[in-house]
Amino acid sequence: MPTYRPPAIPASEITPRSVYLRRREFMGFMAGAGVMLGVGGARAEAPATVPLKTVPSPFKVDEPLTPREDVTTYNNFYEFGTDKADPSRHSGDFKPRPWTITVDGLVGKPQTFDVDKLMAELPVEERIYRMRCVEAWSMVIPWNGFPLKALLDKVEPLGSAKYVAFETVVRPEEMPGQSGYFQPMPWPYVEGLRLDEALHPLTILAVGLYGETLPNQNGAPIRLVVPWKYGFKGIKSIVRISLVETQPPNSWNSLQGSEYGFYANVNPEVDHPRWSQATERRIGESGFFGSGRRPTLMFNGYADEVASLYAGMDLRANY
Amino acid sequence: MAVGRSAIVDKIAGWGIYVVGFIPAVWSFWLGATGGLGANPVRAFEQTLGLWALRFLILTLAITPLRQLTGINLLRFRRALGLLAFWYAAMHFSVYLTLDRGLIWSTIVPDIVRRPFITLGFAALVLLAPLAVTSNRLSIRRLGKNWRRLHRLVYVAVSLAAIHYFLATKVLDPTQAIHIGLVVLLLGYRLVRALLVRRPERRAA
Repeated sequence: MPTYRPPAIPASEITPRSVYLRRREFMGFMAGAGVMLGVGGARAEAPATVPLKTVPSPFKVDEPLTPREDVTTYNNFYEFGTDKADPSRHSGDFKPRPWTITVDGLVGKPQTFDVDKLMAELPVEERIYRMRCVEAWSMVIPWNGFPLKALLDKVEPLGSAKYVAFETVVRPEEMPGQSGYFQPMPWPYVEGLRLDEALHPLTILAVGLYGETLPNQNGAPIRLVVPWKYGFKGIKSIVRISLVETQPPNSWNSLQGSEYGFYANVNPEVDHPRWSQATERRIGESGFFGSGRRPTLMFNGYADEVASLYAGMDLRANY
Repeated sequence: MAVGRSAIVDKIAGWGIYVVGFIPAVWSFWLGATGGLGANPVRAFEQTLGLWALRFLILTLAITPLRQLTGINLLRFRRALGLLAFWYAAMHFSVYLTLDRGLIWSTIVPDIVRRPFITLGFAALVLLAPLAVTSNRLSIRRLGKNWRRLHRLVYVAVSLAAIHYFLATKVLDPTQAIHIGLVVLLLGYRLVRALLVRRPERRAA
């Protein structure tokens, strides 16, 4: 088991209240995992999530959290299949540890980092963010992670670096969506950000959610979270981050450029060709007959923090 | 006589199709209402209804090739299958309007008018409506030859439904591929047959 050495924090904050309140659910989850281990046999090493020590952060939305059950069973992670339930069902063989992440390109000190060491070194914060999927549904998720900036600072980006490119792992033997006849897209999944977006304090690399390490289906062991952009920008299970000079490709844009842009900023006024983006369904909130849809907010409600990044840009052209 | 007995069997089977046919809708509704459809029950219910509408259309279209290729004649069940397809399409659209879009007409109407994905699905339902209305003996008698012509609209409707289903997701998954493949197969069969099997009178003429 890895040893986590968090920075000193007040005793009162060691276990966030939200995590404490969910301890039964966690125990239930672990019991479930135990049953699966027993049944699986060969999957004896299937990783379960591990509690994290986190520090609070001012970045949190004051809205009810989406239940952990929904956050971990309703996922788009095509490496494990295209159905929303596939990632939670078919990610049991994935081994997120040990894990290294290489940061290279236009940097002064290219390095390969061990994720567990990074987590021990950098304070893991709790960030409660809205997550708006391009498919017009949304969640409120308590992520645990650190600013991407903290990692990029370690490699000292050069002045010529203008963009950041990200790459997901390719492991057909552990990721059923990457093998077989139906492969929905070319691998690896890639994403990109402008450097100023990457350095923005809201942009984090998440290593956990709900106070535990990331479940495989949510992008273990480390994933990107950019809360003012559509969810597909949040690339999962990252193995490489490269600083580059020109705008890097992003998978969905390469696949269907008319529907998915590079920026992919949440914008209720710019519709997806197949549906309106003006409203969204909050998962776990309304059930079958609830209030249903809510209006989508500009930049997913983070306009005060990020609108200045796009001053003077035509957001209709740069969708 | 044997005729009388088989008529009774047919009548029971006819009603049985409706009863069995509505099970997927009732079961999915029950699951959704009791929290058994996962994180996004409305979407799951909506998609289930749409998929079964297409399935019943496929079954409707399979009756004739089955008879021509194997001699098995299930023609007497075709009306029920076609009507089930219409009812599922109507339920699919109703769920879209109510549970999914919350009857917010300001966003629904532009979507139906402007977005091909939704326009095509809506058009398929509109085309099925006159077929459902004329699915009775009286209409068949009154419309005569025109009844057959009218009901050829099912080919257009199923094509639109298949394209609508194709456009519903970003990438083709196996379930989609199988259903759309069956539609292409059943329509292709008719096309090939129309080209190859000409009527003897025509050849003589």
